Amino acid sequence: MDLVVEGVCQRYGALDVLRDVDLRIASGEIVVVLGPSGCGKSTLLRILGGLERPASGRVLLAGAPPPGCLNPLTYVFQDFALAPWRSAAGNVALPLEHLPMSAAERAERVGEALMRVNLAEFADAWPRQLSGGMKQRAAIARALVVSPAILLMDEPLSALDAQTRELLLDDLLRLWRETRFTAVYVTHNLAEAVRLGHRVVVLSRRPGQVRDIVVIDTPLDERRDGHPALIEASARLWSLIRDEAAIADRELVDDA
Amino acid sequence: MTPDGALRPVPFRGGGFAPRRLRFAAPLAFLAVLALWQAATSLGWIGPLALPRPGEVVAALVDMAASGELWRHLAASLQRFAVGWALGAALGVAVGFAIGLSSLARSAALPLVSALFPIPKIALLPLFIIWFGIGEASKYATIAFGVFAPMAIAAFGGVDGVDRGLIRMAQSFGVPARDIVAKIVLPGAAPALLSGARISASIGIILLTAAEMIGAQHGVGALVLAAGNLMQTDRLIAGVLLLSALGLAIAALIGLAERRLLRWR
Repeated sequence: MDLVVEGVCQRYGALDVLRDVDLRIASGEIVVVLGPSGCGKSTLLRILGGLERPASGRVLLAGAPPPGCLNPLTYVFQDFALAPWRSAAGNVALPLEHLPMSAAERAERVGEALMRVNLAEFADAWPRQLSGGMKQRAAIARALVVSPAILLMDEPLSALDAQTRELLLDDLLRLWRETRFTAVYVTHNLAEAVRLGHRVVVLSRRPGQVRDIVVIDTPLDERRDGHPALIEASARLWSLIRDEAAIADRELVDDA
Repeated sequence: MTPDGALRPVPFRGGGFAPRRLRFAAPLAFLAVLALWQAATSLGWIGPLALPRPGEVVAALVDMAASGELWRHLAASLQRFAVGWALGAALGVAVGFAIGLSSLARSAALPLVSALFPIPKIALLPLFIIWFGIGEASKYATIAFGVFAPMAIAAFGGVDGVDRGLIRMAQSFGVPARDIVAKIVLPGAAPALLSGARISASIGIILLTAAEMIGAQHGVGALVLAAGNLMQTDRLIAGVLLLSALGLAIAALIGLAERRLLRWR
């Protein structure tokens, strides 16, 4: 299933947040959206998944979701969004509970999802007992349990420390090898962008517009730190966002 | 000035501000008060009319327990409190959730609740007696009304404080609105509801006592008032101790509910 973005604009009052964003995300592809803070990346992601209405333009789905898919557009949030009163397994079960499904089948799906992110033994732990990396892995399990067609990931690693981020990045790459999921991955982190992105969409500073799209041909499996193609892509991306990042750093912050 | 190179320890500046619970302190404090009371009454510092000896209060309690009077009063009070509090809390939570979830309810009901909140509810007892008669219903209504406003405000605050990120998360998985209220909003508001229960329970006990003093045959409030009228300070103090025990028991129940329902914290 493809996701098509046509001329999406967003305004909050007098504030122009996004302007004329056009994009097509193909099945099996990871598209990274990169930009300085406050460029409307997260707004774009909320619009893509139907959590926010654009001022103009539209987001369309092309093709049917794969069989067995329970929630085609599924988010992974920066702050994990785990309900603190539910165990890890309870959080993973949440998106299944309103669907017609036997308790046994639900438990089996939850167990399998936790297994895939190596959290099976922590199924009964409360979120407060989990480390940051484990919390995000639980949230990823919750996203996987509904067999999504497209993952919408909003800076999923930003709340984690550098080592944990590296480990989770490897987990994401492994999951992609296993399932070839489609994803829109929003980040301001260059390293994540070049490790995960088939294409990197660079947004300009507010109002966010597509400034450039950098295609990285190196297969995800071959991407290692220090790979020449990645260094080159990274340098190119940095040159695209550098000046705007510097300006963004000098602005007063007052957006969502 | 110390000479260069001389070593001295860095002065310790941390610590403190972390009170712990000392097991022996609470019983000792109770014993101390009891001893002071006993000394003051038996040494004649305080006359027997002003304050009975501890032993006399215990004797009054035992007497009332043996005659069944104690249980009659307690049962009447407990029933009034339970019915009144449950009615008021249920209504308060319902209205609080409506205020927390709907724009119309927020705009219309919140000012009403805010206006009701500061009324001393006991002032309405005469009106409730006119409406519902001198029997139990007017007492239920007074307690329920007093419990309603703080419960509504606690519920509304609790719903307002629920992490919107969690609500968006549930929406992003297509969870129906009713399930979001039950699985995200309700547990998210639970800590506020329980602290609202604590506040409204103490308000409920005050109103219970006051209502029983104004017009009741039985009940701890009626017991205290009757004892006062007859200058039976032993029974009066016994009644006050019962009220303290009632309050402590209710607080303990809410504490138990907190420990069970908020294990995740």
